[in-house]
Amino acid sequence: MRFLLRRVVFYALTAWAAITINFFIPRMLPGDPVTALLGRMQGRIDSGAEQSLRVLFGLDQDLGLWEQYVEYWRMLLRGDLGLSFTHFPTPVADIVNQSLPWTVGLVGVATVIAFVIGTLAGSILGWRRGTWADSLLPVATFFQAVPYFWLGLITIAVLSVNLGWFPSSGSYDRGLVPAFTGEFIGSVIYYGFLPALTVVVSSVAGWVLGMRNMMVTVSSEDYVTVAHAKGLPERQVMLGYAARNAVLPQVSSFALSLGFVVGGTLIMEMVFSYQGIGYTLYQAVSTHDYPLMQGCFLVITLAVLVANMVADLAYALLDPRTRTEDR
Amino acid sequence: MSPTDTSTQTSTPTPAATPSDPVLEIRNLSVDYGFGDDPTHVLREVSLTLNRGEVLGLAGESGCGKSTLAYAATRLLPPPGLITGGEVWLTGRDGKRADLLALSDAELRAARWRDIAIVFQGAMSSLNPVYRIERQLIDGILAHRPRTRRAEARERAAELLRLVGISADRLRSYPHQLSGGMRQRVMIAMALALEPQVLIMDEPTTALDVVMQRQILEQVMELRERLGFSVVLITHDVSLLVEVADRIAVMYAGEIVETAVARDVYAKPRHPYSAGLLGSFPPLHGPRRELTGIPGAPPDLSKRPPGCPFAPRCPHAMDVCRVELPVLGRTAQAEEGRLVACHLHTSGLVDGELPELLAR
Repeated sequence: MRFLLRRVVFYALTAWAAITINFFIPRMLPGDPVTALLGRMQGRIDSGAEQSLRVLFGLDQDLGLWEQYVEYWRMLLRGDLGLSFTHFPTPVADIVNQSLPWTVGLVGVATVIAFVIGTLAGSILGWRRGTWADSLLPVATFFQAVPYFWLGLITIAVLSVNLGWFPSSGSYDRGLVPAFTGEFIGSVIYYGFLPALTVVVSSVAGWVLGMRNMMVTVSSEDYVTVAHAKGLPERQVMLGYAARNAVLPQVSSFALSLGFVVGGTLIMEMVFSYQGIGYTLYQAVSTHDYPLMQGCFLVITLAVLVANMVADLAYALLDPRTRTEDR
Repeated sequence: MSPTDTSTQTSTPTPAATPSDPVLEIRNLSVDYGFGDDPTHVLREVSLTLNRGEVLGLAGESGCGKSTLAYAATRLLPPPGLITGGEVWLTGRDGKRADLLALSDAELRAARWRDIAIVFQGAMSSLNPVYRIERQLIDGILAHRPRTRRAEARERAAELLRLVGISADRLRSYPHQLSGGMRQRVMIAMALALEPQVLIMDEPTTALDVVMQRQILEQVMELRERLGFSVVLITHDVSLLVEVADRIAVMYAGEIVETAVARDVYAKPRHPYSAGLLGSFPPLHGPRRELTGIPGAPPDLSKRPPGCPFAPRCPHAMDVCRVELPVLGRTAQAEEGRLVACHLHTSGLVDGELPELLAR
């Protein structure tokens, strides 16, 4: 119980720090949203409108930093993330709400698939070290070294532009109305297949290599030899003794990578023009949309924090040694 | 499966109680390390016999091949170790003999733990850290006797723990919650789960303090008398072997250089290396004497010179020792049940008498 309490306090502190930094970062960026908007509109907005825009955005009040900070917290606790400058007057919370499920759905599923495939393949490669299986390692290293955007562009060029098998951008057929119908879901899967494929291909190698190396390390542990000496079936030794211990570091990096699902897919969403949170963040940064930026950062930060917590819990669940202070 | 074969046991183990009843026979076992053109010969044609009910001590310095012998005989040798020749004959409970090195994987798996169990050196690392003791005791039982009910197996696990003096409520513990001595006891309990005929103990107490060493070994010897298994005890501590073993085999540089009844090795070593080994430990009885040790270091097995591997360190080395490898044979005194691999004992080679130390 003390273990749990200490973790909770730790995460509360971290969350507070993250949210506070999140408050300051946009305020330290150069430029201001009104000039950016005017620049983007390229003279289609009368320069006389500048003052009214400032009032509209709430930038005319000359509040001190502390008051702004308090106000920020007050709104945050009500779930109010403010209004977006670029999509005025849509609330930031709505925009985040719209884009988040796309990212979580696509990248989350892809990450889980990559983890499962990679860890299984890594276990087998590690167990069969010193055989033909080792010849697959350079392939894995290659895929791990390939930059993601290059892989994404090649995939689009080959599978979408040349072969025309898959659409190159978007998240569903624009002719359909979003609904829980077979047709719409099919379309989402069809459009999501290419981005998911690239995410899986580019991340699976990391899981394979990590698991394989841990398997090799664990396989030389005494308890694995003991398991052999006990005459246990090979599968039981491989899964119950070797892989069961080798997977521990994998699990913590998996939970961490789940946190990065939300924030780390910017490039994928840009390459595929996928309407996720990464794409939204990219737009927000390029238009100095402070509230939207803050909203995105907040969601990303919280996601990483939650993932960390999950990692902690999963680790405690899987490794009895970390639980000792609990007793 | 009841320990009825204790009939051959006596409370005072008589030397080579039943010499004609070998339970484990290692014949000309050779092991190389490395797959290339120039592998290192770590074991060279080692032969060793373990009789039923016997405690056989295997002594020698670090790196002489004691553990390799244990791993190779059970086919647990990790790469790059490679068994290049030999046979390991195990006599089953039913009297059938089988060569462990020739068994199929499935047969080998069945024979492991049921006939031959091992306790390893590292008390700390021999248990799977993520499973409870109970599960690790049970999985071996269930793997060999799949029809055992779980509750039955659990009961057996509790019984095993009590056997080694650990209370049964420790079943629910994880390895890290036990002390080193307890972990090694758990390992011993685990090794006895299927009442094996042969228990190989590879320096089972090196990681433990002296008091714990003694307790655990005494316990094993007591269990041996009750359950009637045979023991191969591997250690560098000759004085310990003199106390608990029936017979001792002394290894040097991957070969057995002397085998004899334990107290004979102690009182009348026949090989200069055995004599040197005994001189490196304080005597258990009698007046204090200066510890001598053996000058030099064990040879590099990958660059082995011709002749006797001990010759460079041997105080009695002759010219022939540097040229010709001595083979295991009778002693100069032609004693029953003793073998030694030393040119000093080869008749016709020694000019005068045996050195005094080896002629007692």
